[in-house]
Amino acid sequence: MLAILEYDFMRRAFIVGILLAAIIPCIGIIVVLKRLSMIGDALSHTSLAGVAAGLIIGINPILGAVVTCIVAAFGIELIRKRIPKYAEMSIAIVMSAGIGLAGVLSGFVKNNANFNSFLFGSIVAISDFELILVACISCIVLLTFILLYKELFFISLDERAARLAGIPVGPINFIFTILTAVTVSIAARTVGALIVSSLMVVPVACAMQVGKSYFQTVVYSILFAILFTVSGLFISYYARLKPGGTIVLIGVICLVLLLAGKKILTLFRQSPGQA
Amino acid sequence: MNLIEVNDLTFSYGSEPVLYNVNFSVAKGDFLALIGSNGTGKSTLLRLLLRELTPASGTIRLFGEDIHHFKDWPKIGYVPQVGLRSVNDFPATVEEIVRANLFSQIGLFRFPQKEHFAKTQQALEMVGMEQYAKRMIGNLSGGQQQRVLLARVLVNDPELMFLDEPTSGVDANTVTSLYTLLGELNKKTGLTVVMVTHDLGRAARQVHRTLCLEEGTLVELDKAQVDEELRHKHKHPDRQCRLMAE
Repeated sequence: MLAILEYDFMRRAFIVGILLAAIIPCIGIIVVLKRLSMIGDALSHTSLAGVAAGLIIGINPILGAVVTCIVAAFGIELIRKRIPKYAEMSIAIVMSAGIGLAGVLSGFVKNNANFNSFLFGSIVAISDFELILVACISCIVLLTFILLYKELFFISLDERAARLAGIPVGPINFIFTILTAVTVSIAARTVGALIVSSLMVVPVACAMQVGKSYFQTVVYSILFAILFTVSGLFISYYARLKPGGTIVLIGVICLVLLLAGKKILTLFRQSPGQA
Repeated sequence: MNLIEVNDLTFSYGSEPVLYNVNFSVAKGDFLALIGSNGTGKSTLLRLLLRELTPASGTIRLFGEDIHHFKDWPKIGYVPQVGLRSVNDFPATVEEIVRANLFSQIGLFRFPQKEHFAKTQQALEMVGMEQYAKRMIGNLSGGQQQRVLLARVLVNDPELMFLDEPTSGVDANTVTSLYTLLGELNKKTGLTVVMVTHDLGRAARQVHRTLCLEEGTLVELDKAQVDEELRHKHKHPDRQCRLMAE
């Protein structure tokens, strides 16, 4: 066995990392295609308020984050409906409120190290409870995503046409909002609240460069996320880096390479014709 | 039976009135063009017919039923004005996009079966796009994308189709072939078509009836008025429905 896998905390980190890498892109692809990429950022930052509240009142901070994220997600939807012409403002309002609340509440947290671990994540410090929570939520998110695959696809493509086709757009958006909030809050624990939205967006952006259909884009997004997570954990372990940041940086480097490779390929294909 | 009946419909955005006492009906098999200058409320009227907006007063009946109680939305197809922009960067193949509209036939929590793949193929054949089934939608031209959106509506066997400026951003030759295709569908399948257009000149050959919306009022133009309208439009492309203003 590899030395890295001899440690229990690393085995847990790999299990949790791979589970999250499987579900985050499922949420990420819909968020990206609905042009709501910043929602991940707003929710993850708001989750910090729940983390602080959880630490203050003595409940599991992840549960606090989940509750805050759900409230924030519906807050965004509510504001979006009230001011549809400036929908993006809703994300900024909720994010500011979340950060403000987190900032105030963090002053009352006795163990600051625990709170700070949510900023940049601590995938190697996962408890038994958190492992079970991640496993259960991952199963629910994956199953829901598979069952609502065609509905979510159509809603993100054209919400009006989806409604006309008989899709219950409201209830499905409601379910998706909860899934997003829950996924973001548990992911914040592993990769950190500050970079969770990158993990939602970067694998999807990479997959969109190589996918030849929606199905392929979904599959590649998951594969890219797993690749970034596994390689990020290995590199961070041996190079003594922060795992969350390493995972995201590997993703961004991969995206830059893919974009550059695609550009070079395009130029290479064009050049014989021009000659 | 009239598929659409609109009576004394009035609508305003806040204090800004858009439609006043609009009355019209659309019978099964009609091919109707809705024309008018920019900002006269053509798209608003379509949104009212799709129940996305609520009128200040008046009634709308679809398939004989009051719009508030109407549930059979899959009978209605809609090709949007912004369709091209919304699909342009979407990472999906042509067949995935067309098959999406088979939801009402597949059902919630179910997956497409062989017959749904066959229906998708048939819809693409109807618009002459079957050879592009596996292509990414973003790699197609504007005209081809609009045909795909048409196939997406047709795959669901609609009885009534709304099109909101379906030829915007499409080259002249493609516009003519799209209108011809719509005309053929109308004749062969009895599909009822209600189309918002700025391009009555090219559509006139296929269209049975022309309604003109100007300053919030709707008037039906007869053949001579349509010809006059086309002559006028040719001289003043920014103004429509000259006859109504006089």
